[in-house]
Amino acid sequence: MDLARHWRLKDQRYRLEGTVCAECGAKFFPPRQVCTECKSTNLKPHEFAGRGELYSFTTVSAPPSGHEEFVPYIVGMVKLDEGPLVEAQITDVNPADVKIGQRVEMVTRKLRAYGDDGVIVYGYKFRPIVNGS
Amino acid sequence: MQSVSVVGIGQTKVKEHWDRSLRELAVQAILGAMQDARVDHADALYVGNMLSGELTAQENLGALIADAVGLRGIEALKVEAACGSGGAALRAGYLAIASGEYDVVIVAGAEKLTESSNCYATASLAMAADADYEAIHGISFVALNALLMRRYMHEYDLVPEDFAAFSINAHANAAHNPYAMFPAPITLAQYQRARPVSEPISVMDSAPMGDGAAALVLMPTERLNGNRNRAVKIAASAVATDALALHARRDPLWFGAVELSAKKAYAQAGVTPQEIDLFEVHDAFSIMSVMSLEAAGLAERGRGAYLAREGEIGIQGRVPISTMGGLKARGHPVGATGVYQAVEVVQQLRGEAGKNQVPNAHIGMAQSLGGVAANAVTHIFVN
Ligand SMILES: [Zn+2]
Repeated sequence: MDLARHWRLKDQRYRLEGTVCAECGAKFFPPRQVCTECKSTNLKPHEFAGRGELYSFTTVSAPPSGHEEFVPYIVGMVKLDEGPLVEAQITDVNPADVKIGQRVEMVTRKLRAYGDDGVIVYGYKFRPIVNGS
Repeated sequence: MQSVSVVGIGQTKVKEHWDRSLRELAVQAILGAMQDARVDHADALYVGNMLSGELTAQENLGALIADAVGLRGIEALKVEAACGSGGAALRAGYLAIASGEYDVVIVAGAEKLTESSNCYATASLAMAADADYEAIHGISFVALNALLMRRYMHEYDLVPEDFAAFSINAHANAAHNPYAMFPAPITLAQYQRARPVSEPISVMDSAPMGDGAAALVLMPTERLNGNRNRAVKIAASAVATDALALHARRDPLWFGAVELSAKKAYAQAGVTPQEIDLFEVHDAFSIMSVMSLEAAGLAERGRGAYLAREGEIGIQGRVPISTMGGLKARGHPVGATGVYQAVEVVQQLRGEAGKNQVPNAHIGMAQSLGGVAANAVTHIFVN
């Protein structure tokens, strides 16, 4: 397991930290070094609120190795309120109740464990917002 | 730039080759292509492969395969662009001849997917996507395509049966291809009963993993000598890219790389999309066929599935696709697939496609996609 690799991504995994372009205001998650809109390299950290709506979803029942623990699990694309799309697991929901367009919010959960030591990687998943938006 | 022609083709059957190694498969395909081209040497070899390191603990395929096939000493490299590796290897071979650097170049694609467990192969295929922001969430390669298919069905008000004609067409064509992994037709009922993989994608929407190798011999069109009558010219060779991750795309339901590479290819060849007689599309999933047809200008946006439903993709149709079974039924040995596609277009343009022969085939297109169309390699061939 590559500890440094996961440590490096802690701001993204725990706080949904992306970037905002200081020149044109475009917001990105994941963070970028070069703005896709104006090519500026002047980008600053930007923390996303972690709310949005479900763009699409599916179920994984034949998992990639390392992801057997939660099978079957739902994965989706979430359109964040600030604009960007993010891919993640959709959790705390009955698969039959998942719908395109439903409001979701970020939660921090176990993503997977690595190797014999069972080192756990935590990060964002999304769950339906029960009350209001 | 000088004109480039394909003068020889070779391929192994796609299947679970428990008894044969990656190098044995590659050697069989290359020797077949060399024999077909009547050459006993080459200046360079480019090998398309995605996962040899991950699944067979073997990299440096250029040197390995050049030596194994009796060409020790020549320039030889592996070319990797995920599932588009085969197309990318052809691109490298094309440039080596077009630039005037070499006179005889071999392009091979070889892949051995069944050396590992299914879960491990699934994890390896997911390496075509963004490791830090897609694969870490357990999103398999099938799931990425399922996300697109679900959204596509939502936006255009379709049901899974609207995609059935792609699978049915591929299997019908594979029935007459001795190299195909699943050479048997399927019915609509079989499509409807198929086991879901990642809904709405079922096994009948997904290309099977298999082992296989295919090869081409390329030469300058001006120096074909005795090979002239069976040679097929490469009229266009173009590559384009998109954001690797689906979430980073401006519009996930549009294959930007497919559009860019197809447009470049049409311009190079001086043809319109309507003039393409057959199209070997990268049908790893039904949704990929639909979105590729649209982005390549062969169907209106949102109408790709209708093209199939209306019977236009069959051998006798307006836009024949997957004419020898496609990825869906010939099989999808990922890094080799792009070379299989080129071999099949050459079969068609030589008039050697047997019962699958597209009538009056003069212009054929092959498109090899890496990842979910993050990389698109388009070649147009003419006879
Ligand atoms: Zn900007």
